[in-house]
Amino acid sequence: MRPVYAVSGGVSKFARARPELDFRGMVKEAYDYALTDLHLTPQRAREIVDGTICSYFSDHFTRQLKAGSMVQDYLGLCPKPGKRIEGGGATGGLAVQSGWEAVASGRFDICVVYGFETMSRVNTWKGNEFIALASDTNFDYPVGGFYSGYYAMMVVRHMKEFGTTVEQMALVSVKNHRNALHNPYAQKRRQITIEDVRRAEMVAWPLTMLDICVMSDGAAALILCSEDGLNTLHKATGHTPLPAKITGVGGGLDAMRMADRPHGEVILLPHEKPEDYRGLNYPGVHSFRAGRTAAKAAYQMAGITNPLEELDFIELHDAYTSSEIQTYEDMGLCRYGEGGKFVESGTPFMPAVDYGYHFPEQGRIPINPSGGLIACGHPVGATGIMQGVFALWQLQGSIHTHFGSDVLQVKNARRGAIHSHAGTGTYVVISILEKGE
Amino acid sequence: MSESRVPEEEEGTVLFKVPLPKDLGALRELAPLIIKHHYEIDYIHSYAQDSPFFAGLANKRLLGTRCGNCNYTYATPRAHCMECGGPCDWVDLPQEGQIHTFTVCYYGSEAFLKETPFILALIEFPGVDTLFLTRVVGLDPQASSLDWIGMAVKAKFRRLSTFRPTDVYFVPIGT
Repeated sequence: MRPVYAVSGGVSKFARARPELDFRGMVKEAYDYALTDLHLTPQRAREIVDGTICSYFSDHFTRQLKAGSMVQDYLGLCPKPGKRIEGGGATGGLAVQSGWEAVASGRFDICVVYGFETMSRVNTWKGNEFIALASDTNFDYPVGGFYSGYYAMMVVRHMKEFGTTVEQMALVSVKNHRNALHNPYAQKRRQITIEDVRRAEMVAWPLTMLDICVMSDGAAALILCSEDGLNTLHKATGHTPLPAKITGVGGGLDAMRMADRPHGEVILLPHEKPEDYRGLNYPGVHSFRAGRTAAKAAYQMAGITNPLEELDFIELHDAYTSSEIQTYEDMGLCRYGEGGKFVESGTPFMPAVDYGYHFPEQGRIPINPSGGLIACGHPVGATGIMQGVFALWQLQGSIHTHFGSDVLQVKNARRGAIHSHAGTGTYVVISILEKGE
Repeated sequence: MSESRVPEEEEGTVLFKVPLPKDLGALRELAPLIIKHHYEIDYIHSYAQDSPFFAGLANKRLLGTRCGNCNYTYATPRAHCMECGGPCDWVDLPQEGQIHTFTVCYYGSEAFLKETPFILALIEFPGVDTLFLTRVVGLDPQASSLDWIGMAVKAKFRRLSTFRPTDVYFVPIGT
């Protein structure tokens, strides 16, 4: 396998609705931004890009099959090869890994990964219905097909099993909304309190409107290349790109129906011991075996043995405040069951941002410095790619350039992770990015 | 939090003509035209190898499956075993179990909005390896608490089947 680098990215503003641009226009906006950042003209890009990966989740939202072909021609990248990737909420993260495969294998030297979702085209509750069709339509969807309901059931079990509290979950919302105040790409930028989260309208007990990400229109693009691709870019532009190397990729799947999650042994990470989890039924519905599997593979490939010590930040899939807490555990930042205490300690907050609360260990490893899905929005096919773009900017030290402020720049960021998650934990992918030499 | 805006409605206006400016360059400033587009479809859906479960509900039987090879027992049936790949046999599940976890849905997909608030739960059965997703009826949704976990519940069936998994639901034992 060849080394693969992320060199440039762009995000087309995530918003509740973008009626002024369709999916092609939004991807074009993100793609052009990525090209400009490389000092590359669309004409030159057309000559040197080898192929593309297109990411969008739902044909129901798009109501345009083969939309990837339409993006490709709109970008002027025909007749180059490309393909569409789909994997529920993890679509964007899967697409980034498909781009990695295309470059690592030697097939492409320069690969554009682009994705979008246009969720404003139906009302919120119809949108929830479309999303719930990503649960078993014989046994799950007809009973109350509603993803917020599924996640609520999972966290209720987490609360019972481990004593996790709604206030701990609310802190995730406080953190992510507050971080987003400094991210111009984010959809919801607010300073809120634990009380605000708990007073918000109840959606599925105990999750309120502020525990749950919103639907969005938006797009993102990320350019990946090989070492040869870096040289080609240098020749084409006269500029040396500032790359981040993708040093680890991992993925995992679990049973579609969460009713089918078995009870067995915890899959251990290198820094864990079997006695950490004596008597714990795993994964049950409180943990994500696919997330743990993805983490284990990605860490192994990147040579990470203790993620809390060896990662500088993570952009993870916080579709729910509860799933951010569950993901801390899957990714081994703390032990299973300790996710609530982990957020309470302040560990996943930015070190120098005032959240209105005092934390004993604020900022040890910023999680979702961008604001995550909860504040940035979640145009599904774009989300995982957006995480890749933000991770690249963190590693380049270029947050100031792109966000217009340094507040969210993780100081001396050398290694970060991005995490995408689908269904009730049915597809999970994790990729590790490192600052280029 | 009280809403400070008028709720969105989806009824538009029928419009057959729209004026164009003389200067086509000004069209860049044209606000997007948004139309309503109706879409409706009936699928002919076969329950295929899952069919016996729905036939069971019509006969007030709650059927799961058990692997003939490794004996793994599924509360939500599957025709082949996820653990060993062997074929499964249909078996009667106990009609009494416990709430493993639950939620109260105050919102839902459009199709279920009119049924809110409803209680969604995963039920565990003795001697069965997996869970069953269902609705629980007979508890006060406003009184939700973690104490509901472990509550003994029993299956009830609709008298007239709809051949959907909601033909069965659970109620607390003693009600």
